Amino acid sequence: MKDNVSVQGTAHSDRIHDSAIKHVTGRADYTDDIALPTGALHAYLGVSDVAHATLKSIDLSAVRAAPGVVGVLTAEDVPGVNDISPTGLNDEPVFPTDKIQFHGQPLFAVIAETRDAARRAAERAQIDCDVLPHALDPIAAQEAGYPYVTKPLKLERGDIAPAFKTAPNRIKGRMSVGGQDHMYLEGHIAFAIPGEDDDVVVHCSTQHPSEAQHMVAHVLGVPSNAVVVNVRRMGGGFGGKESQMNLFCAVAAIAAKKWNRAVKIRPDRDQDMTATGKRHDFVIDYDVAFDEVGRIQALDGSFAARCGFSADLSGPVTDRALFHADNAYFYPNVRLTSHPMKTNTVSNTAFRGFGGPQGVIAAERIIEEIAYATGQDPLDVRKANFYGGEGRDLTPYHQTVEDNILDRLVSELEDSAEYRQRRQEIIAFNADSPVLKKGIALTPVKFGISFTATWYNQAGALVHIYNDGSIHLNHGGTEMGQGLNTKVAQIVAEAFQVDIDRIKITKTTTEKVPNTSATAASSGTDLNGMAALDAVRQIQARLVDFAVETWGVAPDEVVFRANEVHAGAQVFPFDAFIKQAYLARIQLSAAGFYKTPKIHWDRDKGQGRPFYYFSYGAACSEVMIDTLTGEYRVERTDLLHDVGRSLNPALDKGQVEGAFVQGMGWLTTEELWWDDTGRLRTHAPSTYKIPLASDRPRIFNVNLADWSENRELTIKRSKAVGEPPFMLGISVFEALSMAVASVAGYTTCPRLDAPATPERVLMAVTRLRDGG
Amino acid sequence: MAHRSEIRFVLNGRDVSINDVGASQTLLDYLRLERRLTGTKEGCAEGDCGACTVLVGRLTYTGLTYAPVNACIRFLASVDGCHVVTVEYLSGPDGRLHPVQQAMIDHHGSQCGFCTPGFVMSLYALWMETPEPSEAQVETALQGNLCRCTGYEPIIRAAVAVSRYGSPASDHLNTERATVTTHLQALQDGKRVVSGPQNNLSILPADVDDFAECLLSHPDATIVAGATDVGLWVTKFLRSIGPAIFIGHLNDLKQVETQGNDLLIGAGASYTDCQDALSRHLPHLSAYWDRIAGWQVRNMGTVGGNIANGSPIGDTPPVLIALGAEITLRRGADRRTLPLEAFFVDYGKQDRQSGEFVETIRIPLPEPNQHHAAYKISKRRDEDISSVAVGINVSVTDGVITTCRLAFGGMAATPKRAAAAEQALVGQIWSEAAFDQAAAALPQDFSPLSDWRASSDYRMLSAQNLLRRFFLEHDAATAAPIQLASA
Repeated sequence: MKDNVSVQGTAHSDRIHDSAIKHVTGRADYTDDIALPTGALHAYLGVSDVAHATLKSIDLSAVRAAPGVVGVLTAEDVPGVNDISPTGLNDEPVFPTDKIQFHGQPLFAVIAETRDAARRAAERAQIDCDVLPHALDPIAAQEAGYPYVTKPLKLERGDIAPAFKTAPNRIKGRMSVGGQDHMYLEGHIAFAIPGEDDDVVVHCSTQHPSEAQHMVAHVLGVPSNAVVVNVRRMGGGFGGKESQMNLFCAVAAIAAKKWNRAVKIRPDRDQDMTATGKRHDFVIDYDVAFDEVGRIQALDGSFAARCGFSADLSGPVTDRALFHADNAYFYPNVRLTSHPMKTNTVSNTAFRGFGGPQGVIAAERIIEEIAYATGQDPLDVRKANFYGGEGRDLTPYHQTVEDNILDRLVSELEDSAEYRQRRQEIIAFNADSPVLKKGIALTPVKFGISFTATWYNQAGALVHIYNDGSIHLNHGGTEMGQGLNTKVAQIVAEAFQVDIDRIKITKTTTEKVPNTSATAASSGTDLNGMAALDAVRQIQARLVDFAVETWGVAPDEVVFRANEVHAGAQVFPFDAFIKQAYLARIQLSAAGFYKTPKIHWDRDKGQGRPFYYFSYGAACSEVMIDTLTGEYRVERTDLLHDVGRSLNPALDKGQVEGAFVQGMGWLTTEELWWDDTGRLRTHAPSTYKIPLASDRPRIFNVNLADWSENRELTIKRSKAVGEPPFMLGISVFEALSMAVASVAGYTTCPRLDAPATPERVLMAVTRLRDGG
Repeated sequence: MAHRSEIRFVLNGRDVSINDVGASQTLLDYLRLERRLTGTKEGCAEGDCGACTVLVGRLTYTGLTYAPVNACIRFLASVDGCHVVTVEYLSGPDGRLHPVQQAMIDHHGSQCGFCTPGFVMSLYALWMETPEPSEAQVETALQGNLCRCTGYEPIIRAAVAVSRYGSPASDHLNTERATVTTHLQALQDGKRVVSGPQNNLSILPADVDDFAECLLSHPDATIVAGATDVGLWVTKFLRSIGPAIFIGHLNDLKQVETQGNDLLIGAGASYTDCQDALSRHLPHLSAYWDRIAGWQVRNMGTVGGNIANGSPIGDTPPVLIALGAEITLRRGADRRTLPLEAFFVDYGKQDRQSGEFVETIRIPLPEPNQHHAAYKISKRRDEDISSVAVGINVSVTDGVITTCRLAFGGMAATPKRAAAAEQALVGQIWSEAAFDQAAAALPQDFSPLSDWRASSDYRMLSAQNLLRRFFLEHDAATAAPIQLASA
């Protein structure tokens, strides 16, 4: 951008995160850092210690009598509707009235003068209930005849039956894929301040302020216009704060109105992890038919998910698993079904990828199965099945893949990572190494961008220019570390051609932009960047008119450039120009809006174009395992990822690296483990192990496909980046699988479930050595 | 003994004196709630995520030493006589960003930013100790810091670049070192500190003899050394720990020295305090030691506490038992010494009498004919609790195994020697077959539990395989590498 040399922080530049200085100095305020008003109270949840029961009574007299306690909240204290289900299914009470549905379910809240007092009091409740048998996982739920929590989905194209009859090869298999806790470093928190009339202001850490606002109004029984929800920043979200904050907002708001005092609620880490939802675990059954060269002819896939006790977002999550069960591969005949099972566990929710990763890993496992069955390098099987070529571009949901760049992207990575040569070296190494074994895998990802709930694909923004020329930027997206605010500010800086420092990024609030969508589905910049640009364009149009009228120049002679505005031969510093516009009574504020074009989806038919475009990427990982213990290390990873024309390569690379490591964690050391009573026993970092610095690949080469441009008219031809690179972590899993397979001469695809903990790796090695 | 009732320390260069500090009051809550130093975050309240990392400087035999610790499980009373440094103090009086902060910014080391102050503090401590660290040193320093956003890569890049932004010599913790030292010396009045309400009493003895006396008069007191376990009793289980006797400040309980053919470790020596001596005298423990918790916990936690606490999954007992360590227990002026394995009676039960405490650990140094190893299996390599830990000590004379000690953690209700497996080895010729037999005997010694860390089958299989690993590692005929390189 030659024009931009003297403008700081415009689009397509490596701008630091807008809060970076505040982050490193400890001056970035999170919700728990906001100074409390006089008389503020603290709430804490009392939870169940059984997984499934009929609730008979809750005796809270000892709780009420505990030191420092102001009062308690139960279902009876909900003034409006006792429901916070995000999809309106009315299956998720704030507090239950007749049934306990999972171990750790919030049953009541205690409100006290201090958080410590509230925590201690919450343990004093006497819960009387009749315990019922429970089902914790989707298979147990199916066996016990549990219902679906939401309507399942079927995607079908072609006819699988004849293909299964005629195909030369057929494999049936099952894979279990574990869930994942978000383990955002900042846990859930909400802080409500009562106002006059029905008003309440809630500061919280949610990805979805509008939903929190609507839920608070719903449980209070007041109109949405009485509730303001504010989010300055989150200490991580990853989907875990899309719908899960509703409970905490509701409790804080109800208590704040009831006692007319500010109320803060912050669960401890154990309660955060036991009482809020996670990534869905899946059990995937596949039946695949393929020809001699490993080309898939038909696939029948069944995806059973541990949804927990309520629907929450399980419908769209399990839908997205099916949408991504093809990953990068064309299935000529296909049938995919989802089974969103009710279980006696916490209700699972959004998590980076939103079901997509579970679909993609199924596709990759199927490819691996075919590769071992046909004795080929799995990369060759992958390539043989890529979308592309005559009649091979239709997805199972009947959307045509128009923007596929995987042939080029994968070839480039294959070369830069020296995949073929290293694979040969690894096979040679393994032949001479009795204990340590290596593996390598190169896996692609194709990820659909757009909310599958079409109406979510809208956004608003509000831009003011004050008469000193300073710019106030607000939009409906929330900042959880991804750099959304920075990117949107860069877009505004670029459009006005002013230094980014002139732009003040402000907290997300339902007062400024209404009816926003969750900052989710990787869509934050696509939607809010466009909405902000729309607002800028409106103001600019007025400013151009003003200049045309004032200085008698043609519209195209009014140019914003390098912190100046040119009106023909006249040149004004930006702030001086704004001052003049203000004096001439030009409106210097605009609300922008955007809705994603082209998309539509008919769920009943299983047909449409749910995605505006696809993002692509590929990863090559090499691992070494110890066949005595199952321990392993990731020796090297090379990533090549497509973000279209990057708005901020530094931030985008950060997203790609971070997503990869998080995806690797999901498939390696992060294990959710419930005991027989239904209690989650991995519920804090002491027991739930996310990757550490020393777990990242020993050699880590990360590149963006800088030649890629979005074919669609997205913001500056960029692409979404939040979720797609998460699935690059699958390369580590498949590399582990190869290392395991080496102990039996690569003839059998190992039975390896996720997460591939050292234990699972060792047991897979042992099974293969024993011939199983 | 003269008493004092207020806790006195220096916070970010300023004197603090507080009355009535209860035993269970944490440093983190004090910083955040009473001082509104909100840069220090609560991420887990169990010393596992590092978001609450602060530096604590204290006077040791070698002078003023700063170390990163977890403020969430550090008790306020225990910082008596220390200099507590939070992220707010980093930029110094002129307000300019600190080299660590600038490096983090320039390398895009923060995303959501919540873990960032903790990382900054750990990297600050690393830079002062090792201004130009290797990536491996950075990783070791960051074992106690979790980041969920970045994947760590930019943080590592920042960490190795910090020295380009400035030298520790000009850092104000160094330029003010003499002043702070004088200040802290003035706070050392040799008095016993007794603070807090009667039901939550904090007691800081003046020295070890005073500790023995305090414990006699409060035999039910909770002894708090590093608080890396007791801290969780309070933050997670809301247990009352008063009266508590804090001993982390007792320099006369922290000696680490050789005496003849033994290494003597005071029960109050932290893991970090032991590291140098271990590298010198017990090199097989060096890498193992780096896998005990994270840096912050190693700076607080003590070997004595790891033993006294009696956990079946503590990292140090198996390797110390294998070495033939003895411990000395003291009650008042009386002392008795017993083999470490005899201390562990049963699950949750140790051979410690009322009013008695672990005073020293004596480790016989290896002899030339002994082969030693220490192995730990965990779900995540670093900062994880072991599924299985083992210390192995095998003496070989003329190709025959003459004695051996195999001690396991995670396999039984206590850290325990594998008697049958040992018996299978003694008298055998050093050979793979002998170790296969020992592995085959192991099920006679143990019936391990299944839990979230590992299944019973995995514990047994990996424990057996660790015996095979030991053989391969120490056998001259082994050609290919058999263990993953450490970080």
